[in-house]
Amino acid sequence: MTALKETAPAPAEGPVAKVPVRRGDRRGEGVVLNVFSHGFLALWALLIVLPLLWLVLSSFKTDAQIGGSAFGWPHSWSFDVFHRAWSKGIGDYFLNTVIVLVFSVPLTMLFGSMAAYVLARYRFWGNRLLYYFFVAGAMFPVFLALVPLFFMVKRLDMLNTYQGLILVYVAYSMPFTVFFMHAFFRTLPTAVFEAAILDGASHTRTFFQVMLPMAKPGLISVGIFNTLGQWNQFILPTVLMQPQSGSDPERYVLTQGLIQLQQQQGYASDLPVLFAGVTIAMIPMLVVYLSFQRQVQAGLTSATLK
Amino acid sequence: MRKGQYRFVAGFLLVPVALYLIFVIWPYIQTFGYSLTDWKGQSQTFSFVGLDNYKALFQDDVFLEAIWHNIQFLIFIPVITILLALFFAFMLNAGGRSRAGGVQGVAGSKIYKIVYFFPQVLSLAILAVLFNAVYRSDGGGLLNGALIKIGLVDADNPVEWLNEPNVVLWALMVAVIWQGVGFYLVLFSAAMQSIPRDIYEAALIDGANRNQSFFRITLPLLWDTVQTAWVYLGIVAMDMFVLVSSMTQNMGAYGGGPDHHSDVMSTVMMRNFLYYGKSGYACAMGVVMLLLTLVLSVVTLRATRRERIEF
Repeated sequence: MTALKETAPAPAEGPVAKVPVRRGDRRGEGVVLNVFSHGFLALWALLIVLPLLWLVLSSFKTDAQIGGSAFGWPHSWSFDVFHRAWSKGIGDYFLNTVIVLVFSVPLTMLFGSMAAYVLARYRFWGNRLLYYFFVAGAMFPVFLALVPLFFMVKRLDMLNTYQGLILVYVAYSMPFTVFFMHAFFRTLPTAVFEAAILDGASHTRTFFQVMLPMAKPGLISVGIFNTLGQWNQFILPTVLMQPQSGSDPERYVLTQGLIQLQQQQGYASDLPVLFAGVTIAMIPMLVVYLSFQRQVQAGLTSATLK
Repeated sequence: MRKGQYRFVAGFLLVPVALYLIFVIWPYIQTFGYSLTDWKGQSQTFSFVGLDNYKALFQDDVFLEAIWHNIQFLIFIPVITILLALFFAFMLNAGGRSRAGGVQGVAGSKIYKIVYFFPQVLSLAILAVLFNAVYRSDGGGLLNGALIKIGLVDADNPVEWLNEPNVVLWALMVAVIWQGVGFYLVLFSAAMQSIPRDIYEAALIDGANRNQSFFRITLPLLWDTVQTAWVYLGIVAMDMFVLVSSMTQNMGAYGGGPDHHSDVMSTVMMRNFLYYGKSGYACAMGVVMLLLTLVLSVVTLRATRRERIEF
C-alpha cells in the first residue's frame, strides 16, 4: 500500500485525517521515486534548454567557429551581430509582422466577439446553422483552401499587401474565436444584460459597455491564442506575401524571413546573423510567455479541450 | 423579437460572416470545382476534365509515397508524444514527497512546466532553424558534435541526419516531439489534477499500489484528454509543411529530399501549385488531404471511444 498522499495529485483540501497513520512505512519507495522522477524531469528540462541556449550562444561565434566544433565559447561577446541581423532584414520582417498583428488581432477579437455574442445571446432563425458554419471551418486543413484563396486575394489586388494578409488572418481566426467566445458569452449572467436594457441602453451599447468588459478573461485567453497563432503563421504568408513584380518590395513576415535567411545560407554563409535573427525572434515570445505564463498555458490548452 | 433587434443582429453579423465567406468558405468550395479542371498557373482559361486529376494522383508515385510518409508520422508522432507527456505528467504529479494534506507534485513542478511548455510558443520557423543547426552534417552540429565527443560517431564521417533516406523522417519527428511534449504534459497534468481525491483514497483502501492506481484510475479517467491529444497530433502529422519544406533538401522547391524520401502531401501540393503551376492538380491534392483528415478523425474517435466517466 502506498502512502496516499503520494499518489493523489489532488488539491490539498482533502480529508487529511485518514492518511497519516502509515506515514513511515513507504517512505523508502517515495524517496526512490522522487530521485528517479527528478532525474528524468531534469534530463528533459536540459534537453529543452540546452539546444536553445546553444543557438543563442552560437550567434556570438564566427562562421568558422560554428562550422568547426559544436562546443566552445565565442571568442568575443560583440553585440554587433544583432545589429547586422536587424539591418539585414530581421528588422523589416519584425516590423511587417508587428504592423499586420496590430490590426489583425484586435479586428479578430472585435469581429469574433460580435458574431459570437449575437449567436450566443439572441434567438433568430438560422442561429444554430450559422454557429456550426463558423465552427466547421476549424475542421478543414488550410491546404484545402490555398489555391482558390490565392486567386481570390489576387483578384482583390491584395497580394503582398498588409491589408490582404490582415483580412485573411481575421477570417481564418474566426472559427476558434467564435467558438470560444460563444461558450464564454453563454456563461455571463442575464440579469446584468436585462438591467442595462431596462436602463435604456441600446443593444450595441450594452455589448460594448457591459457585456464585452465582463468577458475580459475570455478575451485575454483568446487574444493570446490568436496573437501566438498569427505571429507564428507561416503557410498563409508564404502563399500571399510574395513580391508580385520586380518593383514590388518584399513584405515578408518574421517566420517567412527567417526561413528565407536560412535558405540564403547556401550562397552567402553568415550563420551568426541567422542565429542572431532567431534570438531576436525568440525574445518577444519569451517575454510574453514569462509574463503571461499562466494565461498562455491555460489559453492554449483550453483551446484544445473545448 | 422586435425589429430593432433584428437590425442589430444583422449589423453585428455582417462583417464577420462576409469575411468568413469570402476568404474561408468560398475558397474551400471552389477547390472542389477546380480539382476537376486542367487549370494551370496564371492562365484564365481551363477546361473541365472530370476525374482525370484524381486518376493521375493515384499514379503519381511522389504523392503516394508522400501519403505513406504522412501515415508514418500519424502513427509515431502521437504515440511517442503522448507516452512521453503522460510519463512526465505522472512524474510531476505523483513523484513528489508527501506533504501535509497531499502532494502538489514534485518540488519545482511549476518551473518544470514553464520550461517544458516554452517550445510550444516558438514558431515552426524557429524550430526549423534550430534543428537545422542541431542536425548539421559536420562536427559543428550539436548532435554530431556530441556523438563525436562520446565516440559514437566517427569525426571524419559524421551522420547526415537530414540526408539519409532512412533517418530523415525520424529526424523530423524528433523536432516535432521535442516541441509538443511540454504542451501535452500541461494538458494531461491539468486533467490529472481534476480527478477527485476520494477515488484514490478508495483505491488505497482497497490496497492498490502506485502503478495500479495509475493504470486503473488515472489513465482511464484521462482517456478523453488523450483522445483529444491524439486528434490534434494527428492534424500536426497530416501537415508537417513548415518543417519538411525548410529542413530537407529541395526537390525543386519546398523540400522533400533526399529523393522524395521526406515528401509529405502538403509539400507535394505546394510544389505543384506554386512551383509547377498546376493549380487544378494541386486542388485535387487538397481534396484528398481533406478526405484523409476526415477519415482520420472518424477513425480516431471510433477506435478510442469508451464509456464516458463523469466525475
